[in-house]
Amino acid sequence: MGTVRRHAFVECDADTVWKFVGAPERLAEWFPVTNCKVEGDKRFVTLAAGIVFEEDIITLDHDLRRFQYKIVNNSLIKFHLATVDVIEDGPTRCIVVYSTDMDPEVLALPIAGAASVGLKKVKEIFDRKTKH
Amino acid sequence: MGRKILFITTDQQRYDALGCNGGSVARTPNIDALSQNGITYDRAHPQNVVCMPSRSTMITGQHVSTHGVWMNGVPLPEDAPSIASDLRQAGYATALIGKAHFEPLLDPFLRFTENRIGNQRKTVDDPNHPHRGFDHMELSTHGAVGQLHYSQWVRDNHPEVAGGYYSVLDQELQVNAQGGGDTNAPQVKLNPIPTEWYHTQWVADRTIKWLESLPADKDWFCWMSFPDPHHPWDPPASELHRVPWRDLDLPTGYVEDRQKREKILDDKLRHWRGWYDGTFISNYEAPARWVPATLTADQVREVNAFTHVENELIDDAIGDVLRAINARGWETDVDVVYTTDHGEFQGDFGLLFKGPYHVDSLMRLPLIWRPAPSAQVKPARVAAPVGHVSLASTFAHIAGIDQPAYTQAPRLPLDDTDADQLGHERVLTEWDSVLFGKIVHLRTICRDNWVCTAALHGTMNNFGEGELYDLSNDPLQHINRFDDGSVRAQRDDLLNDLWDNLPDQVLPLRNMDAPV
Repeated sequence: MGTVRRHAFVECDADTVWKFVGAPERLAEWFPVTNCKVEGDKRFVTLAAGIVFEEDIITLDHDLRRFQYKIVNNSLIKFHLATVDVIEDGPTRCIVVYSTDMDPEVLALPIAGAASVGLKKVKEIFDRKTKH
Repeated sequence: MGRKILFITTDQQRYDALGCNGGSVARTPNIDALSQNGITYDRAHPQNVVCMPSRSTMITGQHVSTHGVWMNGVPLPEDAPSIASDLRQAGYATALIGKAHFEPLLDPFLRFTENRIGNQRKTVDDPNHPHRGFDHMELSTHGAVGQLHYSQWVRDNHPEVAGGYYSVLDQELQVNAQGGGDTNAPQVKLNPIPTEWYHTQWVADRTIKWLESLPADKDWFCWMSFPDPHHPWDPPASELHRVPWRDLDLPTGYVEDRQKREKILDDKLRHWRGWYDGTFISNYEAPARWVPATLTADQVREVNAFTHVENELIDDAIGDVLRAINARGWETDVDVVYTTDHGEFQGDFGLLFKGPYHVDSLMRLPLIWRPAPSAQVKPARVAAPVGHVSLASTFAHIAGIDQPAYTQAPRLPLDDTDADQLGHERVLTEWDSVLFGKIVHLRTICRDNWVCTAALHGTMNNFGEGELYDLSNDPLQHINRFDDGSVRAQRDDLLNDLWDNLPDQVLPLRNMDAPV
């Protein structure tokens, strides 16, 4: 099992950031994917190389500010669970944490790499808003 | 008009692969001629023994601790220093053709330029600010899968042969352990591809095509980078007659007696025996499901035979490119630098592949600099220790530009006297692997014909442990003298010199974004 975690401190209140990263249909606005479509509890995500991931939305908890999803119906992926947490760190600051557990473990690393890109984008968007 | 530069690299090639270095199997007349007319380095080490960190040292002229690509899967930042950029600024046309691997290969998000331009079938992303300073990139890796140019070329033009290559990953995306050939050796396969479509010839053909596109009076820097003889071992089957595996002697580093072999391994740092027994794997290089202790003598022979064939094909391809250069009338104005990124066990110690093992199998490399004949440099063999960290400075020297401030070593020496004057006393190599909690950190110095490796704290070794080999009296590095009291002063002197000369590691370590 591959387990990875990435995080970013964001200079913005947790509720504002959560409204963005906790909206499953807005993934393509921050994560390096080319398309994202939500149908009920399902999400379909297209990567630049043309791969489409079908995902089950497992948790969307606005009190906990936690979003969890699984890649499903994929012949390569035996197990997957991704978790996005937005954790308050004072009134104007929060931590966004993206973690993934995955089998085959080899795939956890590129997903973590993409998460780093996504978190950097989130930070750019909301740090900038705060500065303005 | 200045001196042009052909920089040739192979991947995972041993020092003794070449005739000019005492190799007695593969016929390498073109490379041997470069050696005969140039400077051959007999103690050249990489600064890391896997691809991405080693190649990052070549292009930046920096130790691994500084450029920060500490393992395969850690991308070299887009804005990292690049000697190709400096040469381009000096007016050189620049190209990289073949294996780059400054960025991860497994990239489903197409985050990295190498994969993206391959996917888009482009040879440059932004002509005004080309990636890493290369005006032209046509890239390849070890087969026909993935996004790079060669893979696209095979699938576009010869799709029927794409499946002839060995599949590097298995169905569970692990490094494939499947055996093949006559001996069922891991990562061996009979590949039906015609030689002219194999990646070695493709790299040479694309290089010639690019050179033919240049004006006669243009200075150029061309990095021609062959993916072979890196595993998998799957050269064109039609070429295997060159080296029948049954006729091969076993390599001198292979210890046939199992008890003796295991005693040698047990005297080394603990991760050696862990890997041999199949209980420890540190990085995505060797197949995790293959146990080195099962390797047979015949499998060693077959892997070596396939490797020798691949080395001969590389030499043939280099001959094609040198003839094309001569046909352009550039014969007297081209410097040729030849090396590889790291070595390969090829059966030494009963092992294949590579990893955190700082011995000659992986660290002693072919390195040849054939200066442009117009420079009238005398041929020489250099015994002084040198490293890839000197390559960027050497290219700057050839081009007549100042040594870039970001580089951390002087140019390669012209002979041993020059080596003394330039300060080539030692060469350093680093290893860091932390894959999913399996941690190995090594720091190594080679000086005065001794190799000393210090382990840092990890999951297999503790700080204060290490390896020490006397290359003069133990060239196969069978006797670890790290705890031998009679050479303690020598060991401590080497360790002090190592810590005095190794740059501080830039922290925090950058993220690993892919397995390879």
